[in-house]
Amino acid sequence: MSMKLTATEIEVAEILEKDARLTNDELAKMMNLSVDQIHQMVKKLEDEKVIVRYVSLVDWTKIDGHQGVTAMIDVKVTPKRDVGFNDVAERIYRHKEVKSVYLMSGTYDLSVQVEGQSVNEVAHFVSQKLSTIDGVISTTTHFVLKKFKHDGTVYDSDDRDKRIVVSP
Amino acid sequence: MPIKTSYLAKHVRTLKPSGIRKFFDATAGMTDVISLGVGEPDFVTPWNVREAAILSLEDGYTSYTANAGLLELREAIAKYVDDYYCVSYDPEHEVTVTVGASEAIDIALRAILDPGDEVLVVEPCFVSYAPLVTLAGGVPVIVESKKENDFKVQPEQLETAVTERTKAIMICSPNNPTGSMLSKIEMERIAEVAKKHDLLILSDEIYAELVYDELYTSFAAIDGMKDQTILVSGFSKDLAMTGWRLGFVCAPRDISQGMLKIHQYAIMCASTMAQHAGLEGLRNGRSDMADMRKSYRQRRNYIVQSLNEMGLPCYKPEGAFYTFPSIEATGMNSETFATRLLQEERVVVVPGNAFGDSGEGHVRCSYATSMSQLQEAMKRMRRFVDKL
Ligand SMILES: Cc1ncc(COP(=O)(O)O)c(C=O)c1O
Repeated sequence: MSMKLTATEIEVAEILEKDARLTNDELAKMMNLSVDQIHQMVKKLEDEKVIVRYVSLVDWTKIDGHQGVTAMIDVKVTPKRDVGFNDVAERIYRHKEVKSVYLMSGTYDLSVQVEGQSVNEVAHFVSQKLSTIDGVISTTTHFVLKKFKHDGTVYDSDDRDKRIVVSP
Repeated sequence: MPIKTSYLAKHVRTLKPSGIRKFFDATAGMTDVISLGVGEPDFVTPWNVREAAILSLEDGYTSYTANAGLLELREAIAKYVDDYYCVSYDPEHEVTVTVGASEAIDIALRAILDPGDEVLVVEPCFVSYAPLVTLAGGVPVIVESKKENDFKVQPEQLETAVTERTKAIMICSPNNPTGSMLSKIEMERIAEVAKKHDLLILSDEIYAELVYDELYTSFAAIDGMKDQTILVSGFSKDLAMTGWRLGFVCAPRDISQGMLKIHQYAIMCASTMAQHAGLEGLRNGRSDMADMRKSYRQRRNYIVQSLNEMGLPCYKPEGAFYTFPSIEATGMNSETFATRLLQEERVVVVPGNAFGDSGEGHVRCSYATSMSQLQEAMKRMRRFVDKL
């Protein structure tokens, strides 16, 4: 279900999507509104689940023993009458190993992202849990070798300021 | 060995070095400095624009272009100026692609000034104006825009400054360093003065795309002014292309052809790969420009309120990416303020007098800096002001 928001509300959502740590005071200054107006606005966005959660992007590869593995799994599914793909999707996303589930157009139906400690762990999950779910016809597992960019952010980008310190 | 200063021309020896340079040197070797002293975007040129330059190199476009610039680019510039400012120029004879707006200003002045001709220069302004008038053999006549007029020059002030030697008025709106922008009505009143005395307007419109509240009007679009306006603009600010050195100038045919003669001998043509990049920017850069504009507007709002809150009253600029707070309440002059702020809190701002005597009592703070840097800078400035 989608809803209509004002341009200001949309801008606040955009700002928070980039940097969730801005305080209401700072947001108020940036948007030229009162702190109270911003407070109401953010609350509305949260209540309506437009802002679902505030997250940090952590680069786990930097932490010894926490590198883990990620797999993107293409899943083909037989849709069920009345509930379509929803039922199978739900059976898949209930597993805590599953980080995301998308319904896709194209040659397969669900794209499932799974994280685990090791390749074995993920393989075990796919063969024991995922492929045994009623309605799952086939799976194709792709392991992620390196994450360059995630959610619009380049992990190891050179974002030093290259400008001279003073210029006219 | 004796230094043969005598080789240097007199008018160059007496040319004042830029006040900005001095400040640049002062920061050498310092760490943990936050700079609000930068007169260029904090964004990197959009990728599609950079890629267009790379592709042009791969395709072997490494030779000179026509003196006035790639015809395709001039056509795109003419279309852009027509679409957004509602002024139509003939891309073949009235548009010149230059090495930045900087060169455009230089060749415009050299093309129009006879020795001793006067140019009204509205200060505070970009540092190059008065020196370039001098170098072109003209005489800069300073007219000061005042804080109490929101840094907008009053037509009466210009009227008073006009003599029979006056040839042109240099205007920059939105302005560096004040961020102030003339409204259409204010421009029309200035245009009256220009018409009455048959003066050219040299209009530096490099910040035209960085306007946050109102619609922008080009001086050339003011009724009857196209024939008396030299429109200078470029790619540096709105497409974050300062290092590419690419600008353009639109002017009536005879002036344009005069400028082209100078450009053709002094420069030949602007950098070819930069021209290919600029073309891509004009064709497909609107959404990047809009994103950057939105981000600047948020930061402008933030810094203006923060400065006002800490007791450095600050006019809310309509455009560009500078604020020009008054520091008079601190009892310091602008150089002392900037020097102490740098030494005590490691924040760089530019003393207002670098942009003309009328900038005294102010400092220029650029908000072309990431929000997190701005937040830290405001924290430090507040601490600095509080302990005075
Ligand atoms: C008002 C003004 N005009 C011209 C310029 C020079 O621009 P360009 O990089 O196109 O030479 C600047 C750059 O700071 C400026 O602020």
